[in-house]
Amino acid sequence: MKLKYFAWVRERIGVEEEERDLPAHVNTAGDLIHWLKGEGENYAYALEKADFIRVAADQKHVRHDASIREADVVALFPPMTGG
Amino acid sequence: MIAVSVTSEPLATDAIVASLGADGDTGAVASFVGLCRGEGGRLKGLELEHYPGMAEAEIERIAAIAKDRWPVDGIVAVHRHGLVLAGEPIVVVAARSRHRDAAFDAVRFVMDFLKTNAPFWKREHLLDGTFGGWIEAKSRDDEATARWVSG
Repeated sequence: MKLKYFAWVRERIGVEEEERDLPAHVNTAGDLIHWLKGEGENYAYALEKADFIRVAADQKHVRHDASIREADVVALFPPMTGG
Repeated sequence: MIAVSVTSEPLATDAIVASLGADGDTGAVASFVGLCRGEGGRLKGLELEHYPGMAEAEIERIAAIAKDRWPVDGIVAVHRHGLVLAGEPIVVVAARSRHRDAAFDAVRFVMDFLKTNAPFWKREHLLDGTFGGWIEAKSRDDEATARWVSG
C-alpha cells in the first residue's frame, strides 16, 4: 500500500510517501494510525494526537472506523486549512 | 455547469466570475473572494500545500452537492496553491441563478465545506523568507460546516 503524508504530518514523519506492507491486524484507518505510531519516534510524534489525524483512502475522506484494506493509496494529514 | 480548478498562478477574479456566463433567465451572480492577510505586515504571504487530484475532486463534489440543493445554473471555484502573497486572492467561488438566494447560499455552502474538507494546508511565509507556523484549523469553521447539515 502507498502511504502519503501532508503538511506537518509529512514534516514530522520526514517523507512525502512510502510503500508499506500492512500487518494482517490492520483493517481500519484507526488501526493504521495506531500501528504506524509504533514504527518509530517520528511516527509517534506525527501521530501523537491520533483522533486529530484525517485520513483519505484513494482520495476520499474516510472515518477512523472505515476499512482501508482495499485501498491503493491512503493519505494521513492534519485538519484542513484551505479557503 | 460546474468548473473547478487549482492553480499556482495568480487569480484573475473578474475573469473567473465572468466565466460563469449568463443567459436571458440569469438574475443573480454571487461571488466570494478569499484574500491572503498580511497580519499587520508580519507575513510575506501564505504557502499552500495541497493534495493534487483530491483537492480538485473534493471541491467538485462539494459544488455538485450545492447544485443539487439550490436552483443554480452554474458554479465556478478556483483555488491557489504554492506561495500566495499578502493581498492576493487565495480562492474565488461564484454562482449564478435566476434569483439571488440560490446564488448566495450556494457560494456560502461551497466555501464552508471547502474550508473543512478540501485538502489544503496553509503555512506562514514570513517577511525574511523563512517559514513560520502551520495555520491551525478553527473550530468555528467546523461549526459553519455543521450548520448546513443540522439545517
